[in-house]
Parts: sequence; structure tokens; C-alpha cells
Amino acid sequence: MRFRTLIPRVLGLLLLACSVASAQESHIGDLTGHANRGKALYERYCIFCHGTHGDGRGESAAYLDPKPRDFTQATYKCRSTPTGTLPLDSDLYDTITRGVHASGMPSWNPLTRQQRADLVAYIKTFSSRFTEEKPGAPIPIPAEPPTTPESVQRGADLFQSMNCWQCHGKEGRGNGPSAVSLTDTKGYPITPFDFTSGPRFKCGNSDTELFRDLVTGLDGTPMPSFTDALKPDQIWDLVHFVKTLAKGNTVQAVQSTPKGNQ
Amino acid sequence: MKRSLPFVISTAALLLLATAGIAAGPGPDAGGGSLSGVVKFQGTAPMPMRIQMAADPACSKSHASPVMSEEVVTDGSGGLANVVVYVSDGLGDKTFDAPMQPAVLEQKGCVYEPHVLAMRAGQTLKVVNDDSTTHNIHPTPANNREWNKSQPPGLTIEETFARQEVSVPVKCNVHPWMKSYVAVVKSPYFAVSAKNGSFEIKDLPAGTYTIQAWHEKLGTKSQQVTIGANESKKVEFDFR
Repeated sequence: MRFRTLIPRVLGLLLLACSVASAQESHIGDLTGHANRGKALYERYCIFCHGTHGDGRGESAAYLDPKPRDFTQATYKCRSTPTGTLPLDSDLYDTITRGVHASGMPSWNPLTRQQRADLVAYIKTFSSRFTEEKPGAPIPIPAEPPTTPESVQRGADLFQSMNCWQCHGKEGRGNGPSAVSLTDTKGYPITPFDFTSGPRFKCGNSDTELFRDLVTGLDGTPMPSFTDALKPDQIWDLVHFVKTLAKGNTVQAVQSTPKGNQ
Repeated sequence: MKRSLPFVISTAALLLLATAGIAAGPGPDAGGGSLSGVVKFQGTAPMPMRIQMAADPACSKSHASPVMSEEVVTDGSGGLANVVVYVSDGLGDKTFDAPMQPAVLEQKGCVYEPHVLAMRAGQTLKVVNDDSTTHNIHPTPANNREWNKSQPPGLTIEETFARQEVSVPVKCNVHPWMKSYVAVVKSPYFAVSAKNGSFEIKDLPAGTYTIQAWHEKLGTKSQQVTIGANESKKVEFDFR
């Protein structure tokens, strides 16, 4: 009799344990990352900038611009999911692998794939949002039309009409009239991207990744999502245009670069 | 344990009242009281700052006269506008369904209308762009999801906030002078003070409540109020 009442309780506990375990896991393709293993890696490689509590207030944070990500907010720039939603595990994995250009975040490609997956699992434990919410549905990216002088011109017109220049400047130098006023969500000053600085971008350099950045926006920064504002063709036009702003780039030279390493 | 008859009757009556309140839910509540009053600013209000919109001619051209900041808006005789007055405690664990009709935030002449909007948790927020220029609408909540969307002329954006938060700052990064606040309240018992500082919360069930008054610059004041059935109660909030 006593044993019978025990069964549901044990089952309940097991279920609870499973759900906690899955919250402390990451899934990237065939990889499963574990938070307990990620913790040791985090304390060796990440803690100096991102801090003991994952709040971006590590010892080196004071010297960094932009500031290290605060994982307790679960707000991430580089995502494949809509603005306001959680990123996929693979989005976090890609950021760790790629690093973030023009910031203190290096590429962690030297770590093994398993180690990077373990780090993703651990980083997620800093915010309860990962146990309460599901990641957003990734935004589909249609096939890229060819870059033509016409598509670049249409993109240039959109750069004007969508007020991109108010922050990024008429020549894309990151010096538009609103640039000095910008802050990130935590109130730190933030500089709009200078497109003339070269063909490297924060969340990846391929045309597909630029398309994705425009659709999702970079959450936690003033860069909005253009998902409701523009049609996919128009977003491709903008991608084609902003690539011409890099020094030495011409329409002919603008080519899709392969998506970094795995 | 023998209880006196009056006690039993009054308990039963209270229970009845309480269930009636729950059954009626939000909206007109038979026997509900009304809480009204004035929010006042004591002392000399700061001079409003003139907003410079020259960075975007589409904005500056839409105004014939100078546009002033709305951080502290008074009527000259002590009334303080744009204060969110709401029941912050005393409703127990009562829940309320969000209304079907949306709360509307407009962008007109590169200014948000209203400057302070109060709405319900779970209600649709409809953001309208009446301007000929592209905005971005960027709430930076502490207790809700942060999102940020570009909004060209004519496009309407609909979003919601799931949790109570008084108040969520909303800004347009393209036009840095544009700022507004959206107060997200879980109950239907709230109001935003008018230009003369007056406010009214209707159909409030009898009970004892904590009423909070929130202002974007001047902070939060609160007071306890007990309101009876069909009672019209007056309260005053003083900011300085």
C-alpha cells in the first residue's frame, strides 16, 4: 500500500530531474552539451569578462567596449529567431565559434565542438527564461537573388528611406545624426556599425548572415528588426548595398563569403 | 465553537459580495466604488525643454510651433499630468481577462501620443505610424520581453506585454528625442492623470487597497485606501 503511493512520487521526482537536466543541456545538431562540464570551461575561459554570475561584470569588463554580454538577461544580438525571442542553442554555439567582430569577444574555434556545446548549456543556466520559454521559430531565409547594379541602387534608396543613415551615416561610417545618442539596453553608449571598416560584421560575414541580422535585429542594441517593415527582396537589396560600402568593394567584387568554420 | 447569528450573516454576506465581484470580473461592477482625485506638483515645475528635430526634416516640418519635452507636464495651477495611478495591492489573487480592443500608441510629428499610455497585461498594443518618416519602436522593459522593430510610414505593429510593469520605457533610436512610457497593469483598475492632474478609477470593488502613483521623473508615491460599496472616495497625491 505504502509502496503504491510511493511510485507516483518517485516518477514525479524523476520527471522533475529530467526536466532540470534538459534545461541544463544544449542540443546542436548531433551534439549534446552539459552545463556541469561547461561550468569548468566557463570558469577557465569566460569568467574574466562575463563574470562569476554571468552578468557581464567580470574583472576585465570595465576596460571593454562594447561591454561583455549579460547572460542573466538572455537578450542576444546574433540570433536566427525573431526579435524578443530566445535564440536557438545553435545561435549561441555559432557566436562562441565565430567570436564577435569589433568587440572583445574572440573566436573560440580552438575549443572542441563538444566543449563549445557544453559552454552553451552552462551559459543558458544564468537565465530562468531558458526554462520558462521556448526559443523563437527560426526565420526562413529565401534564396539570394544575384547582386546587380539595380539591386544595389534599390538598396541605396532603402538605406535612405528606412532611415538607416540616421545612425549609420550617409556614407555608412557609423556617424549619422543620431549616432551619439545611442545606448544599449543597459545604458552604455554604443556605436553604430561603420560599414567602411571592412567586410567583417558582428554576427558573421556572409550575405545570408547579413540578411538574418536585418530580419531579426540585434536585440539589446538600437538595431531594429525589419521583419514587418520590408519584404525579403528588399532586404536582399539592402544587403547588396551595404556590402558596397566597405573600402575597395565594388558591385562586381561583392560576393557571398562562405560561412566561417564549424 | 458557537458563533453568533450576526457574525454568520455578515460572513455570508461578505462571501456573497466577494463571489459577485469575481463573477462580474472586470468592467462595470455592481456596487463598485469610485476612486478619484488629483495629482499635484508642489513648487515650481521645471521649464519644459524645447525639442530639436532638425536632424529629420520630415519631423521638424510637421510642426508649426516649437515642440516641448513632456517629462514634467503641469497645468500652471498645480495639476500634474501623465501620472499612472493604479491598484498595486489588495486584489488578492484575482485574475482578469485582457480586453479584446487594443491600446493604441501613435507616432505623430515624431512625438508619441499619448506620452504615457496605460494598458493591461496581455492586451494588444497597436503602434501606429502617422509620419512620413521611418521610426523604430523599441521598448526596454525590465520584466517583459525586449523587442525592437523598424516601422516605415503606414505600417502598424501589434505586440503584447505579458507581465505587469509600471512602466516600460519606449523609444525610437532613429529619433533620440522620442520617448514614451507604457504602464502595463494586470487589473483593470488604473488611470493616467489628465492635464489638470485629475484621475478616476471606476467600479472598484469594496476593499482596502494600496494605490500607487508613478511618474517618469518624480518617482512613485503610494497610499492605503479603504473603499466601501457604492462609495466615491477622493485621494490626492503630491509630488515635488
